[in-house]
Amino acid sequence: MKVCIIDTGTANINSVRQALIRLDQDPVISHDPDELSKADRLVFPGVGSAKAVMDGINERRLADFLHETTSPLLGICLGMQCLGISSSEIPEGCDSKVIDCLGLVKGHVTRLDSKGGRLPHMGWNTVEHTDHPLFEGIKQEAYFYFDHSYAMELGDFTIGSTTYGTKFTSALANGNFMGVQFHPEKSGECGSKLLLNFLNNF
Amino acid sequence: MLARRIIPCLDVKDGVVVKGVQFRNHTVMGSIVDLARRYAQEGADELVFYDITASADSRVVDKSWVSRVAEVINIPFAVAGGIRTVEEAGVILKNGADKISINSPALEDPTLITRLADRYGVSCVVVGIDTYKDPATGEYLVKQYTGDPNRTITTSRKTLDWVKEVQKRGAGEITLNMMNQDGMRKGYDIEQLKLVRAQCDVPLIASGGAGTMEHFYEAFHDADCDGALAASVFHKGVIAIPELKDYLKQKGITVRD
Repeated sequence: MKVCIIDTGTANINSVRQALIRLDQDPVISHDPDELSKADRLVFPGVGSAKAVMDGINERRLADFLHETTSPLLGICLGMQCLGISSSEIPEGCDSKVIDCLGLVKGHVTRLDSKGGRLPHMGWNTVEHTDHPLFEGIKQEAYFYFDHSYAMELGDFTIGSTTYGTKFTSALANGNFMGVQFHPEKSGECGSKLLLNFLNNF
Repeated sequence: MLARRIIPCLDVKDGVVVKGVQFRNHTVMGSIVDLARRYAQEGADELVFYDITASADSRVVDKSWVSRVAEVINIPFAVAGGIRTVEEAGVILKNGADKISINSPALEDPTLITRLADRYGVSCVVVGIDTYKDPATGEYLVKQYTGDPNRTITTSRKTLDWVKEVQKRGAGEITLNMMNQDGMRKGYDIEQLKLVRAQCDVPLIASGGAGTMEHFYEAFHDADCDGALAASVFHKGVIAIPELKDYLKQKGITVRD
């Protein structure tokens, strides 16, 4: 199996890479659409801000490829958020009202309404899931590691939800496009199992 | 619900894990990678690696072991010790650390906090504060260069003022190292933690003094800390992490199972 990690120039790719290596994969890191189109699985991590990730995608002319690919794809953290329609995470000094994202999933990302809870939402929290194959063998309310201040609303694409002040989408799926708000590469055994499911179940 | 975090701290010196009492007289505890793997398997929620010589020696932490740690563990970890520039921090994050923790260099140049937060995001940036209770006045003051007893100084900064300032400058988390308690295993300074908690809107990690499971409970229940950090009780096997988590769970504290 060929696993590619999409390099948008922003992510802390080494952690994801090591997690896949621990699952006996030999992931290729690339931003070349020709290389990525040969992948059986695509992993799309993101760190920083939605704008930085989207700028990385646009500069590398990856948007068309991402819209057309039929390979199972897993967005992680900001990678997941960028699968949505838009994000209201606006960097200082930027005039736009929203950052346009890929629109592969019909959800919007806004600042997490934590109802007074400390932000960023950082640490281990539980996920209630819909028994989607991504969660095969993972119990309800299992703990995963989160680190974010913005979150996607709930929708018919939601396959996992988490509550921190309000309930938000912590895992999603729309056809071959999947995503998780948490970091499976940092989520202990449950995270490894989820990545293994992503490799095996689609 | 967000779980309270149990964080073993591994003090690193010359490539091995060491532990001293009140930051002095270090003894070797074991290899970095072996201990990291062991704690991850036992249920630690996060690890912190402090290169305790780095700040005092004016050199950055040796980075080769950061990638080796990232290879073997599947939980988040932070690296601390003498990180003085945005570029040095970038290399450590690129090698697989999730957070960088700065202490003495933030006191030398507080703008470093903002520059790191702007570049890598606030949640990557932990500020460690070595706080000391002056026995004469009862005042909490910040210490600097605690990695080297010969260079350690007490700054003119008051702990509570510094706690407020680092948040304004972009700290995403604060680790409060209570130096009077460090290595003594007589409990965290709960009174001080409560005072700091009242001024701290970002995650707060208690550090220094854990000796029993009840001390962890106090940090979470009484002082509302997000995480509790300890070294010797874990290294010496005084407290096992699975038992600690069972205990906390029974006492009504939310922990990851």
